[in-house]
Amino acid sequence: MVSAVFHSPLEAIAPPANSHASPIGKAMSAPHANAPVADTVAPAAVSARPSATSRDFRGFWMAVLPPIMGLACLVLIWQLIASTSNSGIPKPAETWAQAVQVFSDPFYSEGPNDQGIGWNVLASLQRVAIGFGMAALVGIPAGFAIGRFEFLSRMFNPLISLLRPVSPLAWLPIGLLVFKGANPAAIWTIFICSIWPMIINTAVGVQRVPQDYMNVARVLNLSEWKIFTKILFPAVLPYLLTGVRLAVGTAWLVIVAAEMLTGGVGIGFWVWDEWNNLNVSSIIIAIFVIGIVGLMLEFALIKLATLFTFEEVKA
Amino acid sequence: MSNSSPTKYIDIQHVEQTFKTKKGLFPALKDINLTVAKGEFVTLIGHSGCGKSTLLNLIAGLTTPTHGVLLCADREIAGPGPERAVVFQNHSLLPWLTCFENVYLAVERVFAATESKAQLKARTESALALVGLTAAAQKRPGEISGGMKQRVGIARALSMEPMVLLMDEPFGALDALTRAKLQDELLEIVAATQATVVMVTHDVDEAVLLSDKIVMLTNGPAATIGEVLAVDLPRPRNRVALADDPQYQQYRKAVIDFLYTRQAHVEKVA
Repeated sequence: MVSAVFHSPLEAIAPPANSHASPIGKAMSAPHANAPVADTVAPAAVSARPSATSRDFRGFWMAVLPPIMGLACLVLIWQLIASTSNSGIPKPAETWAQAVQVFSDPFYSEGPNDQGIGWNVLASLQRVAIGFGMAALVGIPAGFAIGRFEFLSRMFNPLISLLRPVSPLAWLPIGLLVFKGANPAAIWTIFICSIWPMIINTAVGVQRVPQDYMNVARVLNLSEWKIFTKILFPAVLPYLLTGVRLAVGTAWLVIVAAEMLTGGVGIGFWVWDEWNNLNVSSIIIAIFVIGIVGLMLEFALIKLATLFTFEEVKA
Repeated sequence: MSNSSPTKYIDIQHVEQTFKTKKGLFPALKDINLTVAKGEFVTLIGHSGCGKSTLLNLIAGLTTPTHGVLLCADREIAGPGPERAVVFQNHSLLPWLTCFENVYLAVERVFAATESKAQLKARTESALALVGLTAAAQKRPGEISGGMKQRVGIARALSMEPMVLLMDEPFGALDALTRAKLQDELLEIVAATQATVVMVTHDVDEAVLLSDKIVMLTNGPAATIGEVLAVDLPRPRNRVALADDPQYQQYRKAVIDFLYTRQAHVEKVA
C-alpha cells in the first residue's frame, strides 16, 4: 500500500524530466546524453526511495521465490506419492537422512564393489572425460575438414546421418567385442555418442563463416594457416563450443546407462547396485547427484562459451 | 609497372558477366569497356542492382568474367591480391581482433618478408593515425561506432600501400554527417598518397565531389556503361565552396539527368 502511494509521484515527475533532457541529449554525443538525464532523474529517485527499495524486494522475491516453490512442489508430490501408496518409495525426510549419511563419508573405499559416492562420481567423470576427450580430438578436426571441403562433406554426410540416430547403447556390444573389457567399452560408448554433435556443429560453423571474412582473406592473400588461426577458428569457436556442450550433455546422459550394463565403479553402477540392495533412497540421492553434476558441467561450458563469443558486427 | 601506359592503368576490355541462377542464366554485365589512368579517382554510379559491385569485384579479382579481359598495369587480373586493396561495404573487420590487429594482419601479409616487426608496427600505427584512430587502436570493432569501423577498413586497405584502392559503397551505411567527414578525409588521403581509386556509390554528390571521372551504368540486367563524365573541378575541393559553384551544379545535373530521366529505375520483379 505504501509503495503504491510513492509509486505515482515518481512516474508523474519522471516523464517531464526525461523529455526536457532528450533534446540536449540528441545534440550531444552518446556518453554525454546519459549525464543530463541521470542528473534530472536523481532528485526524483531520492524522494521516492521507499518505492525503489520495495521494488528491489520484488525483484529479489521474483528471483528466489519461484524456484523455491518449484522445488517445494516436487517435494510435496514426492511426499504424497510416498505416503499414500505402498510403492516403496521413501519419504523425503528418510531420503534426506540417508543423504546425510552418504555424504558424511563420500570417499571411503571397501573393495571394488563398495565405495563412497565421491569415488563413484569421479569414476564416471573420468570415463566421460576420456571418451569425450578422444571424441573431441577426432571430431573437431573432422568437423573442420568436412566443413571446409565440399567433397568430404558430400562423402561423410550420409554416413553421419545414418549413424547419428543410433542409440549409444547399441554400440556397447561392439565395444565389448572389440575391447574385451567393460571399462573401455563404456568409454567407447561415450566416444561414439559425443562425437556427432562436435563434428556436425564444427562443420556447420565452418560453412557459415561469413563470405565477407573469406573475401578479406582472399584480398589479403592469406596463407591457409593464417586463414585458420585468424579467421576460421575464431569464427567457428562459438559453434564448436555449442557442439562441445551438447556432447558433454549426451555423454553424461549415456554414462549412467552404460555403467548400469558394464558394472565396476561409477554412479550408474552405484544406482544399479543400490537397486539390487533395494535401497531406493540411495537411488533418489543418485538422481539428484547426477542432475547436479550435469548442471554444473553445462554451466561451466556455457561460461566458457560466453568468454569466446564475440558480438557479431553487422553493418 | 612504370612502363605501362599511364592512361590505361586499369584496362577493362569487352567484359561480360553472366551468373547462373535457378531460373537460368542471368546476364549482369555486358560489353564493359573502361580505362582508368594512374592516380585517377573513378566512381561507378547506377541504380541498385545494376552491377556496380559486380564490376568492382571483377577488378578486385574476387570473381572472373564470363567473357573479356581485365588488365591492371598490363597484367591480366587473375585473382585477388593485396596490390588491389578492397574497402568493403560493411567494413568486414574481424570482430575478434582489435583495430590494431585487423590492420596488422594486412601489413604483416604485405611487408613481413622485407621488414622488421618494429617497422610493421610503425606502419600499422601510422595507418591508424592517418584515419585518426590512434586512440581506438586497442579496441575491438564491436566497441566502436560505424564510422570508426569504416575508417579502420580504410586504414587496413591503405596500410598495404596498394596500387589500386577499390571501395564498394564505403560510406553507404553511415549517417550524412559522418559520411561527409570521411569523404573529406578520403580526399586528403588520396591527395597525399596519389592512389588510384575505383569507388562504387549511389550518391550523386559523393560522386561529383570525389571523382575525376564518373562512370554511369545503365539499368540491369545486362547493364553496360551508359556514359562517362569527366569531372574537371580543381583540387583541393571544398564541399562548402562547391555548393554554389555553377560548374559543380552542372555536373550534378548531368548525373541526375542520366539516373532519373534516361535511366529512370523501374523496379522489376526478377
